[in-house]
Amino acid sequence: MGKRSRTLSTTSDIDNNHHPRKRSAHSPVNLPTPTSTKQMSDDAMSDYYSDEEMEYNYSDADQDVDDVENEEEEDYAQFTPALPAKKALAWDVEYDSVEPDQLREIVTKDVDHVAGIFGVEPEIARALLRHYKWNKERLIEQYMDSPERVLASAGLPIQLGTFYPSTSRTPAKAKPTPRSKTFSCPICASTQPIDMAMALPCGHTFCSECWEMYLVSKIKDEGECDVRCMEEGCAMRIPTAWVTKLLDKSTFERYQELLLAAYVADNKNIRFCPFPSCDLAVITPNFSPTASALSTTVPTVHCGHNHTFCFGCGEQQDHRPLICAVVKMWLRKCADDSETANWIKSNTKECPKCVSTIEKNGGCNHMTCKKCKHEFCWVCMGPWTEHGTAWYNCNRYDEKAGVDARDAQSRSRASLERYLHYYNRFANHEQSARLDRELYAKTEKKMEEMQIASELTWIEVQFAKRAVDELVRCRTTLKWTYAMAFYLEKNNETIMFEDNQRDLERAVEELSELLESPIEPATISELRSKMTNLTVYVQKRNEIMLNDTAQKYQDSAWIWNVSVPEF
Amino acid sequence: MSLPKRILKETERLRNDPAPGITAVPHEDNVRYFDVTVEGPDGSPFAGGNFHLELFLPEEYPMAPPKVRFLTKIYHPNIDKLGRICLDILKDKWSPALQIRTVLLSVQALLSSPNPDDPLATDVAKHYKEDLPGAQEISREWTEKFAAK
Repeated sequence: MGKRSRTLSTTSDIDNNHHPRKRSAHSPVNLPTPTSTKQMSDDAMSDYYSDEEMEYNYSDADQDVDDVENEEEEDYAQFTPALPAKKALAWDVEYDSVEPDQLREIVTKDVDHVAGIFGVEPEIARALLRHYKWNKERLIEQYMDSPERVLASAGLPIQLGTFYPSTSRTPAKAKPTPRSKTFSCPICASTQPIDMAMALPCGHTFCSECWEMYLVSKIKDEGECDVRCMEEGCAMRIPTAWVTKLLDKSTFERYQELLLAAYVADNKNIRFCPFPSCDLAVITPNFSPTASALSTTVPTVHCGHNHTFCFGCGEQQDHRPLICAVVKMWLRKCADDSETANWIKSNTKECPKCVSTIEKNGGCNHMTCKKCKHEFCWVCMGPWTEHGTAWYNCNRYDEKAGVDARDAQSRSRASLERYLHYYNRFANHEQSARLDRELYAKTEKKMEEMQIASELTWIEVQFAKRAVDELVRCRTTLKWTYAMAFYLEKNNETIMFEDNQRDLERAVEELSELLESPIEPATISELRSKMTNLTVYVQKRNEIMLNDTAQKYQDSAWIWNVSVPEF
Repeated sequence: MSLPKRILKETERLRNDPAPGITAVPHEDNVRYFDVTVEGPDGSPFAGGNFHLELFLPEEYPMAPPKVRFLTKIYHPNIDKLGRICLDILKDKWSPALQIRTVLLSVQALLSSPNPDDPLATDVAKHYKEDLPGAQEISREWTEKFAAK
């Protein structure tokens, strides 16, 4: 019975061991719910669970138990795993679109919560949360342990009351010049009236102009919202109150944006809409785009402005059915010819931790990622910590990488032709989707005219719009199926995949052709029913294509012909 | 744009009260560009050498760090063959409270204590890690050859 505990809950386990037969006499009619009892005998269970096949499926389980003894269906319901709820698509995720203000409210709620627990100013709570990358649980745990240590590590004064001295322009340690009404700022080297001096609780005093220049340079030039004292090696944080006081409106707005961006960057469940000048964000409360989640799902979302993008990789389109990691490989491959791609390829690498693209524009090989602060080696991309004793691995890596690079090159030449086959089809659907849209723009005009001329209502002439929308959606799917096919290992699954692809493609082309047929008042009703039917059919084919691929991701049935890096 | 007072003051102090073993003289036609010499610290393989560097104060200085580069060839794990220096205060650890003087003192200190665990010139660093006396000998030879006073 050793394996049983893997699938049975402890309570049912005990229950059955102690009263194996007691309840088996109950008639099912008396049972409150089918799943509330278990009546399988020990024998039946040991037979069943001694089966080597632990990953049984529903029907197997049915079969086994029925064979062993003729219990009522309800009796073994407890032992069979619940069927996964039938979702529209296996990769649909729940999400909300939020405005920047709503996002700020969410931040404020987090901040107030922590401020309430610790009994500190919201400002302090915010700084602490930022320092802990908004990991509330870890912060609370460590703060309860030792508030002093946590505050110091976050660059906050241990005596919290001093963070907001009513006279923040405290002349604490200003060097008194002969007439102590003035002081000399060590940064700009000018002598100024003493009330221009400002210091954080650490006591490092500089003039307000220098503080201002420093803040502006950090915020505007470096895009850093986490600003520390100007003194070398001093970690004291500059409070928002200073930022508010010292900065002009545009810099302050930038600061606010950076704060929000930092919050979003630290939160796996929030992503800004990647469309230019769209300031909405999308929150997925129950979905984290982890590498393993993204290896089986494509979390396509729409922001409140109806921009479609992928929550996993930020790609500005619905790239189902292909997963992010492969999409990235494909797009990079496609863009290889362009100058930009060449430049990015030769001048940048990605942070091995957060995959931000990084250009090294000087300095040594010891890199610190601006976004996630991961320290790594530019040469071997390994973590820097390993270089303390074994940094010369980099040299060895160079030799190997040289060989690999040459190998990769010859392989890519050989596969170029195969690649072009898929690429041409990929590009063709992209192009066709654009043409379909253009064609519709022309058709629309005609439809409007017809609406005036004939007796059709506005609703009735919408069929072409629906057709085009569906067509574009399906072409997007088709496009990515070609990219996917390029990376799939040939087997039975891919044969089915290509069948689905062919069926969808055939239907799509038929609909596309229909869209080009002339619209005449005499034939419009026939055209309408034809197009409507075909639209529904195409939609169905698209669903089948997507559902089938989604299911096979869940079942790990897809085998790639290249090694797919973790996203 | 007139030269900020800070740069004037620093230049003046560098001239009147130079740090021992360090000189920094601004160019006549560009007062943000300095010709720098740093003496190799005693007790290091660079002792007895006189190293030439260039130092440039960008427009944003002192909010942004000065750009510093060795012009004299040097065999040092944190300085590459183009003379670029791997020093944290010249990168992310820069603070506007630092000065030309403190930067150059840090550069001089780097000559006394090379850090092969944070290498810029990986081949030199490897040499330093595996055969310290041998590597220091090369540093001494290069000092004699390229940095003789």
